[in-house]
Amino acid sequence: MQLFQGSAHLKNVETTNFNTSGEPILSIQNLRRDFKMGDEVVHALRGVSFDIHRGEFVTIMGTSGSGKSTMLNILGCMDKPTGGHYILDGEHTEKLSRDALARIRSQKIGFVFQSYNLLSRTTAIENVELPLLYNPKISAEERHHRALAALKMVGLEDRMNHMPNQMSGGQQQRVAIARALVNDPVIILADEATGNLDTRTSYEIMMIFQELHRQGKTIAFVTHEPDIATFSGRTVTLRDGLLKKDVVNEKVQDARAAFEALPPPETFDDEEDA
Amino acid sequence: MSPLTLAKIALKALFRNRMRTFLSVLGIVIGVAAVITMVAMGEGSKKSIKEKMTAMGTNAIVIMPNQQRRGGVQLDANSTAQTLEEADVIALRREATYINAVSPVITANGQAVVGNNNSPTQLTGVSSDYLLIRNYEIEDGVMFDDETDRMAKVCVIGQTVVKNLFPEGNPIGKTLRYKSIPLKVIGTLKAKGSGDFGQDQDDIIFTPYQTVMKRFNATTDIRQIYANSIGEGYAEKATEEIMGILKERRGWTKPVDPFRVRTQEEMISMITSTSDLLSLVLTAIAGISLFVGGIGIMNIMYVSVTERTKEIGLRMAIGARSRDILLQFLFESVMISLLGGAIGIALGIAASQAIKTIMNWPMSVSITSVIVSFGVCFATGVFFGWYPARKASRLDPIEALRFE
Repeated sequence: MQLFQGSAHLKNVETTNFNTSGEPILSIQNLRRDFKMGDEVVHALRGVSFDIHRGEFVTIMGTSGSGKSTMLNILGCMDKPTGGHYILDGEHTEKLSRDALARIRSQKIGFVFQSYNLLSRTTAIENVELPLLYNPKISAEERHHRALAALKMVGLEDRMNHMPNQMSGGQQQRVAIARALVNDPVIILADEATGNLDTRTSYEIMMIFQELHRQGKTIAFVTHEPDIATFSGRTVTLRDGLLKKDVVNEKVQDARAAFEALPPPETFDDEEDA
Repeated sequence: MSPLTLAKIALKALFRNRMRTFLSVLGIVIGVAAVITMVAMGEGSKKSIKEKMTAMGTNAIVIMPNQQRRGGVQLDANSTAQTLEEADVIALRREATYINAVSPVITANGQAVVGNNNSPTQLTGVSSDYLLIRNYEIEDGVMFDDETDRMAKVCVIGQTVVKNLFPEGNPIGKTLRYKSIPLKVIGTLKAKGSGDFGQDQDDIIFTPYQTVMKRFNATTDIRQIYANSIGEGYAEKATEEIMGILKERRGWTKPVDPFRVRTQEEMISMITSTSDLLSLVLTAIAGISLFVGGIGIMNIMYVSVTERTKEIGLRMAIGARSRDILLQFLFESVMISLLGGAIGIALGIAASQAIKTIMNWPMSVSITSVIVSFGVCFATGVFFGWYPARKASRLDPIEALRFE
């Protein structure tokens, strides 16, 4: 697969062929992003290209400073590249206005953050409904209906009226996943979604992501933990703003099996009750 | 987002910070309540002055020599001042068309005595028209007749005089003595109460003006002539006409008028303009407190925006446009100010009623002040909420999400 044209860094890229059937849902081409820090220009992304196809579960890895946060911001349409192209579901996002990008975020993207970012003193169901508030085509009734369905998908329909502070970290993150699902996005972007959780809970969250993947969702999962990457079908590694590796996982780990293989939780531990 | 959804979100956010919302609302409540009460106070005093003036006779016109007095000293004695005389009264009655009643007023000071009772009442010499001009009415007996009672030793007395001199009642036909001259009481006046400046309008003795001129003062000078214009709005025309007739009689050509003509309409507008100024000052002070309340809103909205930076970032990340965020915060500030406005109006009306009942102060809550206050509250909310809301809407979602 031809990823770069005329880049000096080409030789460093290891690529493996994977299933590329049909049009990519997401395509970045020679993506660059520069930041001005005073007089200096920092090149966070120096020309990265890859495609993600419908139904793929991709982890994006990299150490801090590798450009993966910048990449995620651009993929999430919260930032615009300095150069190159980013085509999401057929739309050239680099040409769009602030408002048009907001519309794309509202209709095509589902975010899951490291720190959950639920609105405090707001019930689970209201948190899940939130993205639909910014879509005028959806009625209050449908909003509730869809939010409830999303909560069911993450197994929290019995907690719909709980406030975030009445839920464990894992439950909060599941509410956040429900919130990312509710607008039926073309891609779910997860930013270190297991970063604040212990191993057991992380694996539970990964079970949900794997289940969503099985149901056909496209997922891009940013992480720096290698064991998390083993649950996805493909790993893209960034280093110093360049694509370092793009490999297909031949042996995808099953999160449920990994979870069950963990030693049982100790009784005094204030862990997940799910 | 629909306005209803925005309102719901705003209400929820305000409810979450109850104490803070309460305090910002309080600032507006105090401001609005102060405005409503102050305006009610101003309007009330204006209204009561107007009512009293009307009781005195709105169409009254007073004509007097144009004497320049300062500190009781007559300046410029022989330049323009002219005295009024009986012929002026007759001329006005005959020629003027914009007035329907004319009466000279000549007074004598002394005591009215009946047996052991006395009353230190001024004797007022008038013609029968005076009743119409000053809105007096006969209660019992009759008013003297201008023709048959010329110089007659008769009088018509007010209720205070009746009380002072005839405590046993029924004064008609009885005689009182004023400066040793006996005057027969032929009529009594209906009670009128106190006048504009607190004087007792029932402490009065009317007698034909010729009687005062000839029997008491021994002069033909008339201090004042009262007239009554034919209706509201004719005061100015009547004034011109009166001045014209008086000047013509004297062949007057000097630039300075020989007489001064005061109309009741002028007096009302003079006094109400004073109270207008007073209520303007009061309202301005109240308005300042409303302004301070607005600054309170702005302050709290800035705090709120900073505190909720992360929420703003999240909302933007999941699809809120700048406009959605702007409206969300604008709705909050407008809601604070409108809530404050509504409570403030209710409190202001209640305070006005309380002052009216307890302190017996004339209060009049005007609908205009209520509507204007509410409008100003809305404007305050938009004005003071605008900058914080715009700050929120211009945040960068990435930066905002990273904010701790």
